Amino acid sequence: MHPAPSIIVFTVFSGSGYGLLFLIGVLGAAGMLPADSAFGLISMIISLGMITTGLLSSTLHLGHPERAWRALSQWRSSWLSREGVASLVTFAPALALAIGWVFFNEVWTLAAVLSALGAAVTVGCTAMIYASLKPIAQWHSAWTLPAFVGMALAGGALLFSLITVFYAPQGNWPMGLSALLLSVGWTIKAGYWAIASNRRSQATPESATGLGQFGKVRLLEAPHSEENYLLKEMAFAIGRKHAMKLRRLAIACGFVAPLVLLLAADLLVVLPAAPIVIVAVLMGLVGILMERWLFFAEAKHTVTLYYGAPNA
Amino acid sequence: MTSLPTNPGPKKLGLVIDLDICVGCHACVVNCKEWNTGGYPGPLTDVSAYGADPAGAWLNRVHSFEAGEGCDGRTVHFPKSCLHCEEPACVTVCPTGASYKRSEDGIVLVEEDKCIGCGLCAWACPYGAREMDPGEQVMRKCTLCIDRIYNENIAEEERQPACVRTCPASARHFGDLGDPESEVSRMVADRDGYDLMPEMGYKPTNKYLPPRERKRPNTSTPTAQPLEPIASGGLLGWLDRVLSD
Repeated sequence: MHPAPSIIVFTVFSGSGYGLLFLIGVLGAAGMLPADSAFGLISMIISLGMITTGLLSSTLHLGHPERAWRALSQWRSSWLSREGVASLVTFAPALALAIGWVFFNEVWTLAAVLSALGAAVTVGCTAMIYASLKPIAQWHSAWTLPAFVGMALAGGALLFSLITVFYAPQGNWPMGLSALLLSVGWTIKAGYWAIASNRRSQATPESATGLGQFGKVRLLEAPHSEENYLLKEMAFAIGRKHAMKLRRLAIACGFVAPLVLLLAADLLVVLPAAPIVIVAVLMGLVGILMERWLFFAEAKHTVTLYYGAPNA
Repeated sequence: MTSLPTNPGPKKLGLVIDLDICVGCHACVVNCKEWNTGGYPGPLTDVSAYGADPAGAWLNRVHSFEAGEGCDGRTVHFPKSCLHCEEPACVTVCPTGASYKRSEDGIVLVEEDKCIGCGLCAWACPYGAREMDPGEQVMRKCTLCIDRIYNENIAEEERQPACVRTCPASARHFGDLGDPESEVSRMVADRDGYDLMPEMGYKPTNKYLPPRERKRPNTSTPTAQPLEPIASGGLLGWLDRVLSD
């Protein structure tokens, strides 16, 4: 599938922002975060800033962004519509959480819980947009939902470590929690990759044409001499060619480097932690961007069977 | 309405395509583009139509496949447009309600004023029946020529999809596949008409008729005679001998 930059930015930025909102919602409700307006301000600016940047980026993908409001109407059947509704609804408790935290120095439990819930539901809807698409076998899998949630948590954990290095709650558990969630997120993603590598559509050139009774079916002549929308959109090839190298690069950048740097920042007390953590977060986000590019670029659409692909 | 009709009517308009007859002339492709560019979903825009890298939206394409090997192999021309599925995921994934399936006749359409051009419906279709219009930035698909089949201003025999009307070999047929007594339904029954990719579960309305069994090639046919020598006797033989010396 063609990896559209606006969708990659959307899923990574909003996903990480929701991951952070989920974390501060849960930790805040559990009373583990300081009821301090500076901490609240920086947390909410980073999470809502990432979420909003991502949502705005997603409209760049549309042919008619001025009609985007219509996308809220079909929540009964469409995961894309549900995602839109969930993302907007989540702003209500998140803004309430921000107001209480910043202006009243209180973490309102109900707002925190609802923010976490809204963040989880929104990321779940994003994942289901892809998981529900039968023609893309790698996505139409039980692994897509956990992989999106895991990567949102990993991105959220990175952002959380960035905040806590400046506004540390008591103890050094935040950095440990970030490292743990980063590891969990990438472990699930590794599971997705292991399964996705071998997933193929049930459909074949023989079933796509119904000509299997005569033997193997191959494309003799394409239906047109130039590329069309389908080929540009669904038959993207370069991602699969270099998939293994790019996966290793994404893991090195998005997981190994930030993990080592976060632990170093925590253990090497003689060095200033902040610059190390900033580098860790930036590298981690670059790694997640690569992971998301691969998510799209590696996936193959069933329609390619009509254009000479032996499988999809 | 993006959800599927809760009470679909008995009528299921669709195409039956005879793969034994299609000669791959692309007349259906061209007439589809011509009619629909000026008709209901038009314009179907092109970019760089006379340039080095032309591209554009089409609602119907003819692929050509080889099936089988050697003497048992055959070439099959394979026209493909929207199959107007009974379980069209292109409709249910649409976030705006632009994509819908009509309960009265089963035709799947796009209301272009509502389409935001997100492309999700094209991703949801395994058959490649939808293409983004590069100029209008909305999704295009086969309408089964609703502006012909219900058009009382044109002669009754013209009230068929443009592709069906133009096919010089009569490889394409249009009718109500919900009515078991219709001509198209009888064709499907007689010729073992089938669905494309039934395993995907979309339940396409359009049916394909398989190429007929053909006679085995007669291996005892004498091979062609060599061209030389031309003649051994008569005037030509004499001429040949004289000129060969």
